[in-house]
Order: sequence, then structure tokens, then C-alpha cells
Amino acid sequence: MTENKNQPIITVKDLSIFYKTFRAVKNVDLEIFENKITAIIGPSGCGKSTVLRSFNRMNDFIPGASIQGNILFHDKNIYDEDVDPVQVRRMIGMVFQKPNPFPKSIYENIAWGAKMNGYSGNMDDLVEKTLQDAALWDEVKDELNKNALSLSGGQQQRLCIARALAVKPEIILMDEPCSALDPIATLKIEDLMRELSHNYSIIIVTHNMQQAARASDMTAFFTMDEDRAGVMVEYGLTTQIFTNPKNKQTEDYITGRFG
Amino acid sequence: MPRDTLDRQVNNIKDEVLILGNMIEQATLLSVDTLKNRDIRAAHELIEDDQLINDKRFAIENAVLILIATQQPIAHDLRILTAILEVSTELERMGDYAKGICKITIKMGESDIPIPIRDLVKMAELAVTMLHKGLSAFVNENLHLAQSIPLEDDNVDALYHKVYRHVVEVITANPAIFDEAHLLLWVAHNLERLADRVTNICERTVFIATGEMMEMDSTDDEDQED
Repeated sequence: MTENKNQPIITVKDLSIFYKTFRAVKNVDLEIFENKITAIIGPSGCGKSTVLRSFNRMNDFIPGASIQGNILFHDKNIYDEDVDPVQVRRMIGMVFQKPNPFPKSIYENIAWGAKMNGYSGNMDDLVEKTLQDAALWDEVKDELNKNALSLSGGQQQRLCIARALAVKPEIILMDEPCSALDPIATLKIEDLMRELSHNYSIIIVTHNMQQAARASDMTAFFTMDEDRAGVMVEYGLTTQIFTNPKNKQTEDYITGRFG
Repeated sequence: MPRDTLDRQVNNIKDEVLILGNMIEQATLLSVDTLKNRDIRAAHELIEDDQLINDKRFAIENAVLILIATQQPIAHDLRILTAILEVSTELERMGDYAKGICKITIKMGESDIPIPIRDLVKMAELAVTMLHKGLSAFVNENLHLAQSIPLEDDNVDALYHKVYRHVVEVITANPAIFDEAHLLLWVAHNLERLADRVTNICERTVFIATGEMMEMDSTDDEDQED
């Protein structure tokens, strides 16, 4: 893991997120760096998934959700009125906690999103390339017409990653992508993340702080404030956060003394 | 393969251990050269360079701590990393031995007492060869080689006793030069201890490979804690 931070690809400025009148997250300032894996950790209810979903406007689907502050993607606020949220989600893809392939063939799972986004190139090539990038090709190349639901959990999650890659995003958001997987499938996803980070920026929310330690370059620690709003306590190089955190709350959390 | 990150970083740290070992080998041979050539300036330079050895040791230690904190190594992986902490400490102390020899070169100054330099050079060469092989066995986890290296320590010990007898003869012939002659014993002592510490590295290699802690230093009955 290199220590140079590259350029920020997302800059969060004084972000607060509300569910109706309840402030779920407050006053977050954060820079996400290009081609790095950024982990967001913290106890339940600290707003980490809420923050992650704000990065590609997934919170738009939740009635009553609103934000204050700015989330700049390449210096453009993704919440500006002239921004198309569909376009945001194409550039900033998402992989969820539970693998959620469509009940279609492996091939169709990849091809569908690309077709919807107007992909006009050779579909076979795209399917092969993205499955290779997701480290799944060797396992499924002879059964591309098989139903995706027949794959193992780990394979399904890698298929979902391939599906996210097929529309050529710049950032991949991962919300607890390994919580439904066994330890070996988990390590495979982590190695895949490391490979993908050469071409994509990855932001992962995880309850598993060992996973954040193993797999990320940067770590943001969130906790819940007295008014139950999520706040970011500390953000830094993962190596620093896990060997010499600056904040006592961070230390207590990563050493299992709190949370 | 899962754990590519851990494996790659462990290999990087092993490479750094080899680089540190190479720095020690050079420092040891050059320290004896300063005595041979009565080169006080070179001795001062080598003493300054010891800081680079100390820095490298701390960098290795820091890298190991980061890996332990972030990668949750267990079993064989954990044994390698804890052994590297131990070995880097051994290497840093070896660097201190070379520094100590340089200090003796400076103290000896222009003194014309007879120095058994051929034996001391030979000791340095034998000890450095042991170190080189010891680190190679360590990074490659070569159990067979690690078990054979401590046997070579007998040759270093034999030379140490030879230098000892020489110094006793010199002092007996001319007690007035006791202080300077006795410094020569420390040169031999440092080289002898360096070779002993190679045995400690070999013990760690056995530990990595088998999980067993085993004393291999059976011929060395001097329990010195310098």
C-alpha cells in the first residue's frame, strides 16, 4: 500500500444528511483519493452506509432524505440541479451487502446494464473482459448461460462487481460486500479490490474493522454523537489509523473497547 | 490467491532484511580494514554510517508492526513476522559491533603494538560468511542450511582463542602496553559475538519452519550478555 494519496476524486464539504427532521450525519469533511481503497468504519448507527449512499445519490430513493453541504465529484457538486442522478450512478457504481444478481443467466447479468446504458460494442468481449476483471471468468466461462442464482455466494458477489464494472464507472461503492460470505470468499473479494484499485477508486463500508485494516489504503472512523448524529472522528492512512490513531475514540473502537 | 497482499508485503520486508544484512556485512569487513590500515578517518565515517543501519532496523520494525496491525497474520505468517523483529534486532547489534571495532581503531591511534590482523581479518570473513548464509537460510526458510551454519562457529571460536593467546603473549612480553593490547581482545570478542548472533538467526529460522524454539548454541558456554 503506497502512502502517496493521489488526487481527490470526491471532496465532501460540510455534509449533513437528514431523514425528515432527524439529522443522521453531520458536518463531514472528507477527501476520497483516486485509485485508493477507502474504508468507512464505525459502530452500528453511526451513519456510514448513509454517507456511502450519498456518494451516488442512492438516498434519493428514500422518502424524506435530504442533504446539506456539497459532494464534489471531479469538482462538480453531484447534487446540483443540472446533474442527472442516473448519470451519477453510472460513474459511481455500487455493490451491496447481499449479492443481488438478476435471476437471469450470468451473461445477461453483465449485458443488461451495458445495453441499458447504450453500449454498442461487441457484447461477448465486454462480458469476457468484465468477468476477467472481476476474477470470475475462469470459473464460469463454460457456463455463461447458467442462471446466476446457481453460483456460490462469493461468485454471485464477484458477478455483481462485474456487473458494476460493465458500465465503466470511475468509483465503486461497496456496502458491506463480504458480510454474507465465508472467510475465503471474503479474502478473494479483498484481493479483487486490490486489483481493481489500479483502475478504479473504491469506497467500502464495513463492520469488520479487520477487513478495513487488511484491504484499505485510507480509513475513516465514524461514530454517533450525543444527539445521535453520525460524525467523522478521524480520517487517515489505514496504516496510521491501525497503529497509531490520533483520537482516543478511534483507539477504543479499533481495539475493541468501545462499539 | 487469497492473501496476496500479506504475502507480497512479507516478501518486501524479507528483502529489506537482506539489505540490512548486506549493510552489516560491509560494515564488519570495513571495520576490520580500518584497523588493518590504521585509517582513523574511515573509522569515523563508518561510525557515522551506523545511523543508517539503525534507521533501517526501525523501518523494518515499523513495517512489521503495520503488517501485524492490519493483516492479522497467524501461524506461519505470524512466526515469520515475529522472527523478523528478533532478527532485525540481532542485525542492529551486529552493526554496533562493527562500530565498536572502529572506536578501537581510533583509540589505538598510531600505536605500533603488533596486531594479529590476519587472524582478525579471517575471523571477520568467517563471521560475515556465516551471516550471509544465515540470512539466506532465514529468508528462504531453509531448515537444513540453518541447522548446519552454527557448526561453523567453532572455527570462529578457535580463532578467538588464538588471538587471545597472542594478546596474552604480547602483554606478558611488555606489560606497559596492557591497555592497548587488551583492546585487541575486544575486536576479536566482537567478531566472535557476531558469529554467535548468526546462530540466533538460525534458531529463528528453525522456529519459522517448525514452530519449535530450539537452542543451537551448544558449543558456546560463555553466557555473555554484551
